[in-house]
Amino acid sequence: MDLTFSEQETAFRGELRGWLAENPPAPEPSEGGEDEGREGTHFFWRRDWQRRLYDAGWAAPSWPTEYGGRGASLTESAIYFEELGRARVPMAANVLGLLLGGPTLMVWGTQEQKDRYLAPILSAEEIWCQGFSEPDAGSDLAALKTRAVKDGEEWVVTGQKVWTSGAQYSKWCMLVARTDGEVAKHKGLTYFLMDMEQDAVQVRPLRQITGEAEFNELFIEEARIPDANVVGGVGNGWKVALTTLMNERAGLGFALQIRLRQLLDDLIAIAAERGLLEDALYADALAELHVRCESIRLLAWKGLTDVEKYGQPGPEGSLVKWLWSDTNQRLTQLAADVIGPQALTAGTSWSYELLRARGNTLEGGTTEVLKNIVAERVLGLPRLKATA
Amino acid sequence: MDFGLTDDQREIQRTARELLAERARPERVREHAETGRTDERLWSELCELGWPGIAVSEEHGGQGLGRVELSILCEELGRAVAPVPFMGSVLAATLIEHSGSQSQQERWLGDLASGTSIGAIGLARNGTAELVIGAPDAQVVVLVEGEQARVLAVEEVEVTPLASIDPTRTAARVSAPAGAGETLDGDSAAGVDRAIVAVASELVGVCDRALEMTVAYVKERKQFGVPVGSYQAVSHRCAQMLLDTEKARSTAAFAAWTADADPERLAEAAAMAKAAASDAGREVTASAIQAHGGIGFTWEADVHWLYKRAQLDAALLGGAKSHRARLAAILARRAGSPVG
Repeated sequence: MDLTFSEQETAFRGELRGWLAENPPAPEPSEGGEDEGREGTHFFWRRDWQRRLYDAGWAAPSWPTEYGGRGASLTESAIYFEELGRARVPMAANVLGLLLGGPTLMVWGTQEQKDRYLAPILSAEEIWCQGFSEPDAGSDLAALKTRAVKDGEEWVVTGQKVWTSGAQYSKWCMLVARTDGEVAKHKGLTYFLMDMEQDAVQVRPLRQITGEAEFNELFIEEARIPDANVVGGVGNGWKVALTTLMNERAGLGFALQIRLRQLLDDLIAIAAERGLLEDALYADALAELHVRCESIRLLAWKGLTDVEKYGQPGPEGSLVKWLWSDTNQRLTQLAADVIGPQALTAGTSWSYELLRARGNTLEGGTTEVLKNIVAERVLGLPRLKATA
Repeated sequence: MDFGLTDDQREIQRTARELLAERARPERVREHAETGRTDERLWSELCELGWPGIAVSEEHGGQGLGRVELSILCEELGRAVAPVPFMGSVLAATLIEHSGSQSQQERWLGDLASGTSIGAIGLARNGTAELVIGAPDAQVVVLVEGEQARVLAVEEVEVTPLASIDPTRTAARVSAPAGAGETLDGDSAAGVDRAIVAVASELVGVCDRALEMTVAYVKERKQFGVPVGSYQAVSHRCAQMLLDTEKARSTAAFAAWTADADPERLAEAAAMAKAAASDAGREVTASAIQAHGGIGFTWEADVHWLYKRAQLDAALLGGAKSHRARLAAILARRAGSPVG
C-alpha cells in the first residue's frame, strides 16, 4: 500500500494547477430570462470553456496522443478531475463525447470512424448525446424497442428515447436500437451514431423537479443512418453499450465525488461560522458525512488503481455510486437544517442542490439496480427469475 | 498510488488465514468461549510465530514490521474470533512503544513481543477501568485516563475477573491506586490512535466473516422453493453489509497506512476508521443474525460470537459517536484555519 503520488504524477498536477490559475473560465453568465434561454447561455459558456481547455491541450488528457490527448494514466486522469474540481471550473460542454463517446469509439470504432469523429469531440465542434434509455426500457435497458431496419446502404430508425441530456445542442447521438427482433433481447441490438440534424428527430425538453430541463425526450420517426455509422458491428450493440456505461461510472464517478467534497467543505465552513460544530447533533451528522466522503474518495481511488493493476474495475464502482448518491442527498438536506429556511429560497444554490440530489439515486443506475449488481456479481447471490 | 497489499503483506494474510482456519475452527472457538478460557495452545503457537511482536521494533525484540502488517493480523484474528489475548497485548505494546520512554520500552517490549508477557489496555476513570479485555491473563496493564497513560505491573493493580458479553476473550475490572506504576512520558495520543486503528481492523475482519457466512447461508437455505438469497429483501441486505464493510475497510486501511507514512493525519484517520468500523461491526453482524433467520438466534449457529465480538470492539477505546465528536473538533479547527 502506498498512497503517495509519483514524481511524474505530482508534476502533472503542478502543470495543470498552474495552467488553471492563469486561465480561469469566463465568469458564469448571470441568470434570468426564459428557462431555455438561460440554459442555452449556460451551455455556450461551457462550450467556450471546453475550447480553452482544447487550445491548451487539456480537453481530454486521458485520450492517446495520436487523437489529441496526452496519453495520461488513470491516476493522472483522476488528478485532472481533482484539479478541475478544486478550481471549481464548469464541466466541459461535450462531457458525454469526451468521457463516453470518444473512449467507446477508440475500442469499437473503425479507423475511418476514429479519424472522422474524435477530433470534433475534443474541440467541442460537434456535441454528443446518449440515446440509450426509453420510456419502457430504463433499468431493463436491453428491453428497448427503438427499431432500425436496413434499407439499401442505410438504416431507418423509429422509436423514442428519454433522459437525453444536451440533445438540443448535439450533432451526434450514441443510439442503441433493435435490429433483430427474433433473437434474445441482448443479442438483437446495434450501436449507431445518429445525425441529430434531421427533421425525423424531434427533441422535446423534459422539465425536471428543479424546474430546468437538463434532459430531453427524443421522438424518432424514420430517421436515416448510413451503414457506415454502425459501431462495433450489427447485433453487437449490447457489448458496445456496456463499454460506454463502464466509462460513465469510471470517469464521471471521480468528478462527482470531488463536487461532493466541495459542498461538504462549504457546509462545514457555514456550520463552523455559526458555532454548530460545537452542537453535538450537528457535529455528529457533519462528521459522519466527512467519514462517508473520505470513504468515497478512498474507494474511488482503490477502484482506479485496481484497473491500473488488474485491467478491470473491482466492485467499488457500484458501491461508490451508491454511497455517493445517498451521501449527497443527506448532505443537501442537512444544509437546510444548518442554514435554516433561507437555504430553500427559490433560486439559491442549496435549494437547487437539494432538489437535484433527488435524481442522484436514479440516474446512471438506480440504487436498487446497483444493489442487485452488488448482490449478484460481487457476492454471487442467485438472481430471482423475472416473471416476464 | 496503490491500495493493494505488497506481496509480503499478502503472504502474511494468506498464512494467517490458513493457520486460523485450521487452528481456530468454530467448534474450538465455541469450546473455549463456553468455558471462558483462553486457547493456550493457539496462543503459544502464535507467540512462536512472532505475532505479538509483529509491529514492535527489532531493537526491542519484535519483527519491526508496520501498522499495516499488524492490521492484517488483527483482521484475520477478528475473522476467526480467536480466543487469544492478542489484541490487549499488542495494544499495550503499542502504547509503550509510541508513548513510552526508552527505559519503559526496554523494560516491557521484549517480553510483550515474544509473548513471555501478556499485556492489556483499559480506559480508566479515577484509576479504575471497568472492563479490560485480556486483563486476567496479563502481566502488564496500560491504563489511559484523559491525556495521561501509565504502565503498571500486574502486582501494582487489582484485577477482578468478570464475564463480558464476548466470552471468546477474558475480561476483568482493573483498579490502580493513585501514583502506582509509571506515567508514559510521551504523547499518549500517538499510542492510543494506533491502538484504535488495530481495533478497527479487527472489526473489519469480523464484518468480513459475518458477510461470508451470511452469503453462504442464504444461497443454501430455501423457502418457497428458492434460495432466500434470491429475494431482494435479503440480497439487498447483503449488499448493504458489503457497503458497510468496505466503508470500514477503506478507512481502516488508510488509517494503518497514515500511522507509518503520514502520522500528521493519523488522528483524523483513526477517528474515521473507528467511527466507520464500530458502526459497521454492529450493523453487519446484526444483519448476519437477521439474514440467518431463527437459526441465527441459536447458540449453535456461531454467528453470535461475531456479533458479541463486534459489540465489545465497537465500544472499546471509544464508540462511533465519540470518534465523530473528535472528528468534528478536527473539522472545526480546520475550518477556522486559513489553509484550504
